[in-house]
Amino acid sequence: MKMKTLAALTLTGALTAGMATADLVIPDLSYRTGPYAAGGTPFSDGYQDYFNLLNARDGGIGGEEIRIVSCETGFNTEKGVECYESTKAEGALVYQPLSTGITYQLIPKATADGIPIHSMGYGRTSAESGEVFNWVFNYPVNYWDGASIAIKYLMDENGGSLEGKKIALIYHNSGYGKEPIRTLEVLAEQHGFQLDLLAVDHPGQEQKSQWLQIRRTRPDHVLMWGWGVMNQVAIQEAANINYPMENFMGVWWSGAEIDVLPAGAGANGYKSMNFSPIKAYPVLDEIKAKVELAGDGSNVGSVIYNRGVLAAMLAAEAIAKAQEIHGVADITPAMMRDGMEALSITDERLEELGMAGISPEFSVSCQDHGGAGQAIVQQWDASSQTWNALTDFISSDQEVIAPLVEADASGFAAENNITPGCL
Amino acid sequence: MFYREAGDFKTSYQADNQTFPIAFDRYRYWFVLAVAYLVIPFMINDYWASAILVPFLIYSIAAIGLNILTGYGGQVSLGTGGFMAVGAYACYKLMTAFPDVSILIHVLLAGGITALVGAAFGLPSLRIKGFYLAVATLAAQFFLVWLFNKVAWFYNYSASGQINAPERTVIGIAVTGPNAPAWAQYMVCLVFVTASALIARNLTRGTIGRTWMAIRDMDIAAEIIGVNPLKAKLTAFAVSSFFVGISGALFFAVYLGAVEVGEAFGINKSFLVLFMVIIGGLGSIFGSFAGAAFLVVLPVALKVVGGDWLGWPTDMVAHLQLVIIGLLIMFFLIKEPHGLAQLWKLAKEKLRLWPFPY
Repeated sequence: MKMKTLAALTLTGALTAGMATADLVIPDLSYRTGPYAAGGTPFSDGYQDYFNLLNARDGGIGGEEIRIVSCETGFNTEKGVECYESTKAEGALVYQPLSTGITYQLIPKATADGIPIHSMGYGRTSAESGEVFNWVFNYPVNYWDGASIAIKYLMDENGGSLEGKKIALIYHNSGYGKEPIRTLEVLAEQHGFQLDLLAVDHPGQEQKSQWLQIRRTRPDHVLMWGWGVMNQVAIQEAANINYPMENFMGVWWSGAEIDVLPAGAGANGYKSMNFSPIKAYPVLDEIKAKVELAGDGSNVGSVIYNRGVLAAMLAAEAIAKAQEIHGVADITPAMMRDGMEALSITDERLEELGMAGISPEFSVSCQDHGGAGQAIVQQWDASSQTWNALTDFISSDQEVIAPLVEADASGFAAENNITPGCL
Repeated sequence: MFYREAGDFKTSYQADNQTFPIAFDRYRYWFVLAVAYLVIPFMINDYWASAILVPFLIYSIAAIGLNILTGYGGQVSLGTGGFMAVGAYACYKLMTAFPDVSILIHVLLAGGITALVGAAFGLPSLRIKGFYLAVATLAAQFFLVWLFNKVAWFYNYSASGQINAPERTVIGIAVTGPNAPAWAQYMVCLVFVTASALIARNLTRGTIGRTWMAIRDMDIAAEIIGVNPLKAKLTAFAVSSFFVGISGALFFAVYLGAVEVGEAFGINKSFLVLFMVIIGGLGSIFGSFAGAAFLVVLPVALKVVGGDWLGWPTDMVAHLQLVIIGLLIMFFLIKEPHGLAQLWKLAKEKLRLWPFPY
């Protein structure tokens, strides 16, 4: 049996190698199965639909067709590595694994292979420091921005001071969930609030004890860093203990329709951050009209779908930029990196693309791979089943974050013998 | 015809007691080793290494380890994931604390540390057996994962709680870290696999292996004929954990390079290795390899066939994978409860009688 499989696999290797043409290859490391599929599916749908729209409408980017290579990771790092290895040989331009765990895994590998990673709003926060992480980008926003924005918003809500308040963080017990803790600890010291940490283990269905604790300690605010099934369970549990929903706020990965709908009316008033606000973007109509929708097509216009479209748009703009810089249509991953580093998103350009307001203006530079660092706060209205934006884009407190990024990045550079600098 | 003892004369006790008494088996064994050492390293690429061969070799070591405990010692363990985590974190702490010492020594030491931890968690086996012991080892699994999540010292206080393998070299060639060439990763794992299999094979057919099997078959009878159950059970736990620890260290340092304990060494890993042992064959070194190959290669093969050849949607392929592997596990357990190793053994029996099998 083994020899047969080996033979079959070698044959595949030969076949796929033969098929590689001069397309722009975009790997879609997605997960449509497992406990995180609720978030992975709409993201991947949006990601694919936008590229398919570019293919259908403009014949690709700069006259070059885009070829999407899907690979199911199941949010699992081992499968993620397998996906990375199987797609990189096809000339993958940029990896967006939508998983902090897989991002951590790929940062050293992709850096060694010279392929850029774009971890949009997730991954390693200190990758913002472009001189250390030459190949990793996390614009337009990252977790430490998120922590800072959340605290800023809560300060505004509490009349400018959080002195003596109690804030609980309920987080996914993984690299992802632990990311904001360091920033929150610094902020807690600065603003004099008490921070309670409540970890929820993968996959996050079991949260009774954590919510019992919240019920007992009655924190003034609860922040959540959750993903997948954990979000739905947390919101349901919060509703069960009658925790005031308007004091419960999630990061942007804990604020989709699918997270709040199961709790029904109980979820009314739940807040979350978002960096791809819900609006009636003209591009969505265009997608519906011109593209055979990926998946079952039911996700168009939802929070995470929009974010998939945003991710695809940022990649497409970077490809166009790279083509402009290097004067060739069929770019390499190294050229793609240059394009990403020179990327600049303006309101006029967003207007042209039919997605005005999906992102604040920002530009990327060699030093700063982090982008705008802005997000809005939105609130769920259970009766009309819509997310309503409560604020405009809020900026994070760079005075707090910059030294933390600096410290973490220089630690990474020292550990891995990297001399910071531009490529 | 060609596969038989007849005509293959042994002139010493040593020759008579060798692992492969049949000449054809010996040649096959040397042939496999020659291919593994002399051919594959020159053909291997990143995909083959990272997706198939390196995980196969590492899981083989883990399966050998668990097979010693469960297959030979008769002690059911659900703590494999936790013990692999001990190996990984021990290796990480050693790698970062003593960067000048060779990674190979660190991997061995990580195995040794895991052996101590394993023996400690094996203590309950002196009082309880069967399902109850499984639950005790399950506690080890959850405790160890919780420990590595909770105590920041184990992950050197990194912000994300992840551990990352720094680059380490063997005779000047990187074997860990992103710059390690595929063949170097493969060779390191292969050396450890070969050594583990040889040691395991020879332990299991010597005195110590016989005491394990005596305990497994009937512990009271074993005690009556003079087998010390304390010694037998604890050595089984220690030796098994040693191999599991080595596999955990390699899993982290060579294969993945960055690990998050809950995700990489969760209860799923314990079950995966247990399935490998059950499907491969309890109480068989070959079975450990067969089981590891089955559960590592088959999902990748199904993915390639379903996704890349037939162009099915990725989620359907992923679901089909679960269905097919589940069905195959059931099929094997019903048709051949003793695993792939038993099929292999039957095939050899038939081959011995060929061309007139009955």
